[in-house]
Amino acid sequence: MRNNLFSYNLVDTPIHRLSGLTKLIAFLFLTFAVMFSYDIRVILAVMAFSFWVLRVSQIKFSQIRLMVIYVIIFLATNAIITYLFSPEEGVAIYGTRHEIFHIAGRYSLTQEQLLYQTTKFLKYSSVIPLGIIFLLTTNPSEFASALNRVGVNYKAAYAVSLTLRYFPDIQREYVDISLAQQARGLEMSKKAKLRDRFKNALLIIIPLIFSTLDRIEDISNAMDLRGFGKHKKRTWYNSKSLKKADFLAILISALIFTATVMVSVFINKSRFYNPFI
Amino acid sequence: MDKYFKVTTRTIVATGLGAAIFMLLFMYVKVPSPVPETSFQTAYGVSAFFGTLFGPIAGGLIAFIGHALSDAVQYGSPWWSWVIASGVAGFIFGFAYKNTGVEEGEFKKKDIIKFNTIQIIGNLIAWLVVAPVLDIVIYAEPINLVFTQGAIAALMNSISAGVIGTFFLIAYASTRTKKGSISKN
Amino acid sequence: MNKDPIIEFKDFTFKYYSQAEPTLHNINLKIYPGEKILIVGPSGSGKSTLGHCLNGLIPFSYRGDISGSLKVKGLETSELDIFNLSKIVGTVLQDSDGQFVGLTVAEDIAFALENDMVPTEEMKERVKDVSRIVDMDGFLTHSPYDLSGGQKQRTALAGVMIDDVEILLFDEPLANLDPATGKTAIEVIDRIHREGQETIIIIEHRLEDVLHRHVDRVIVLNDGRILADLDPHELVSSQILIDNGIREPLYITALKYAGVEVTKDMMPGHIWSLKTEAISQKVSSWFRSIEKPETPRKRDSILKIEDLSFSYDKRRQVLKNINIDIEEGEMVAIVGKNGAGKSTLAKLICGFERPVEGRLLYRGEDMEDYSIKERAEFIGYVMQNPNQMISKNLIYDEVALGLRLRNVDEDEIKSRVEKALEICGLSPFINWPISALSYGQKKRVTIASILVLDPKILILDEPTAGQDYRHYSEIMDFLREINDLGITIIFITHDMHLMLEYTTRAIVLSEGEVIQDARPSDVLTDQEVIKSANLKETSLYNLAQMVGIEDETEFVQGFIDYERSVRLKDEE
Repeated sequence: MRNNLFSYNLVDTPIHRLSGLTKLIAFLFLTFAVMFSYDIRVILAVMAFSFWVLRVSQIKFSQIRLMVIYVIIFLATNAIITYLFSPEEGVAIYGTRHEIFHIAGRYSLTQEQLLYQTTKFLKYSSVIPLGIIFLLTTNPSEFASALNRVGVNYKAAYAVSLTLRYFPDIQREYVDISLAQQARGLEMSKKAKLRDRFKNALLIIIPLIFSTLDRIEDISNAMDLRGFGKHKKRTWYNSKSLKKADFLAILISALIFTATVMVSVFINKSRFYNPFI
Repeated sequence: MDKYFKVTTRTIVATGLGAAIFMLLFMYVKVPSPVPETSFQTAYGVSAFFGTLFGPIAGGLIAFIGHALSDAVQYGSPWWSWVIASGVAGFIFGFAYKNTGVEEGEFKKKDIIKFNTIQIIGNLIAWLVVAPVLDIVIYAEPINLVFTQGAIAALMNSISAGVIGTFFLIAYASTRTKKGSISKN
Repeated sequence: MNKDPIIEFKDFTFKYYSQAEPTLHNINLKIYPGEKILIVGPSGSGKSTLGHCLNGLIPFSYRGDISGSLKVKGLETSELDIFNLSKIVGTVLQDSDGQFVGLTVAEDIAFALENDMVPTEEMKERVKDVSRIVDMDGFLTHSPYDLSGGQKQRTALAGVMIDDVEILLFDEPLANLDPATGKTAIEVIDRIHREGQETIIIIEHRLEDVLHRHVDRVIVLNDGRILADLDPHELVSSQILIDNGIREPLYITALKYAGVEVTKDMMPGHIWSLKTEAISQKVSSWFRSIEKPETPRKRDSILKIEDLSFSYDKRRQVLKNINIDIEEGEMVAIVGKNGAGKSTLAKLICGFERPVEGRLLYRGEDMEDYSIKERAEFIGYVMQNPNQMISKNLIYDEVALGLRLRNVDEDEIKSRVEKALEICGLSPFINWPISALSYGQKKRVTIASILVLDPKILILDEPTAGQDYRHYSEIMDFLREINDLGITIIFITHDMHLMLEYTTRAIVLSEGEVIQDARPSDVLTDQEVIKSANLKETSLYNLAQMVGIEDETEFVQGFIDYERSVRLKDEE
């Protein structure tokens, strides 16, 4: 069973050496950039940049294969239903209509729809390499301190750290409980009636929840006894101080974000890039 | 209002562990629904349950953190529009905190109705307002698509949170029974 | 000894809001700087509550009525908050996984400093220093999943010592440790005590294990009152332990069986301090007088494991070529370190995992094609923590669950549930909510919910973990009754008393292999085996050596035989 949620790997690359704070800030800047912009050129540029970073951080395809498969399924479904629901969405957005060919009924393929859906596809997928870089090159121990340093309340940040700490324990407990219940005759199959499926799920989750409630008591006692929440702030053992490379990385991602906004404001005069007018 | 937003160490620990359970269930424990390709997320029962026991902050953060991390593990990055909607739903569930008799061992018809009303309001706001609006603003998704999706999500998640949350709370209330009230058979 | 007490209880009484009666009555106790104190008492005696009062969890987390006074370092605790108190009293809790909140050892040790806003650089220095004291400096970047129970506990210890506390409070430090690790823990505490200035307070019911090293005084607590405040020698030579449900050291029991009157002049508080000149004769002649029981006749095999190998990932073998034959009606212990393959073996027997090689035979029949559910008809598995098995509110429903899932009709369910509850002594509680039961009763409910399926083999994972002597005896005597009904019982355990007193056979696993399959007396006197299974030798073995009995194994076996004959007489 996996003990660490993310296969964080200790390779020594310039990306790994950056502070968690830097990576979080850069991640936020770049995600906001691609979430804000609807300009396919900008999105492609950010994507190219993130693929380059992906290479620098020596992440292997085998580490992310499963994620890529999930994302492709998600995006393919999204593309199909988008088209089914709104085949003329592109036309509405860009204000022109260049039909390529007619399919049937209200469905035909237009250049506008093609651009809209391609842009959206890239917009969704461009976030993925950014997230993967952040998750796979940041030591989980740095998560909480980085969140706190970008302004998240430290108690909330510590809750994230506790989630990472206790997820494997809870997962193991879940598996054990589910096996023990199966031995008593619980069937997890899909053949059961809907009512029974809910009931069966409850037979496993209820013991898990109740033993967790006991756990909560023990852990909060342990934390109170060591002074958690005593002050308005706290320091972090694992927060790295920022170096030259960190400032550079933050600067680059801030520039990319600003450039994205500029492109929209001054060139496109809109979030959308419209080549049809 | 203060009673809802008091944060103690227990709240934080409940949030951390609750988010871990949310995440686990969100990824692995779905109840398949009669409609193909959809399933009930048992995790929303967990955020509703913890929200009722620990308040809006715990409820909201449990769903937000749990959803964000499970997205990150499965897809490499959180889908923010839905993560935020989950968080909003969990936050609203938390207004059932101290509004039912669950801590005193009472979770009867009146409490069940109250809990489910709050829970349904939370799901409606999250999936019919927050998620669709964010999808439109961020991704320019078609309006009819996002509202259809939202309506389905609101319905399914209300059922999950309702069925599972109610069962959890009844079970929890029974553990709060006072010993004096029981007699040997 | 220092003049002013560092801790002083004066007519101290405490009552939880939720309870009708006070949990602590009129406590008067002085503890001086640098002392090492052991507080013993059965479950529910108030010993943990006493600890909570010292570290401030009462009244910070648990509310109640306090009267009288408790001073720590001359300061009235009612005027201190938990944060100030935690700078003086450092607490190492029982559940070392619960206390380990950091993602790595270093972070966890630094936790208190982080909360105190100590700058990162200074923190790193202090963590390095204190981790050296507890021998964890080589593990700073390790995550809790890579650590043993003992290492986690040492991390917890470092985590409180980093605050330069003056009092170290250990709340049941042995509860979750195997015997060898527990022994080491007591040695570590002793070393810290000798090398430092700290006052040490250990709350524990496993008296003999703590007395592996010197303690200044032992306080006996029961029903919320202090019943004794004695040095170990006086204590073990008195009746107090037996009267209050605390297990006396095994060698003391042996001495009493041998007709030796235990007095404090014999220095009987620790096995290593015991003077044996005057008693050797008596012990030896008692040993020679013990009658050997008849060897039971061989019975049919109920579970046979043949050439079993298993691996989760095809690289590392978790089980290697296991051969075990268990006879009908046996009570067997499977022992070994964490990670030796004990739980995996149980999982293979239950069908949760499938063997890579080899076979499992139930009454001569290969179980290969049996599903988990089918095996459950004759093999029952009881988890360690009853809370992990219980999913219903009412006892009746919980016990009926397995039958309902098998669509047995309600009339039959009723009669079978009632029968199972009767066997487990739960009939009076049939309509109770489970939440109203004690831990031991919940354990019985989980056993009843398995017994109702009418299994022929029962596998129990650490059935007595964390239980005091009375509850331990209750659970184990109950299991022996079930065994008398003809059910074969397999224990997965670290508990050496359980092995000695209740099983006739111990199978020792080490690194996935069976390294011994013999009588418990053989296992617990074999140094090699003891070491590789993280057990420790029983004090009976030491006693045999000290009185000059050459065959220590036979002495231990003699003790077991004698004890069983006493029990049989009692039952008649």
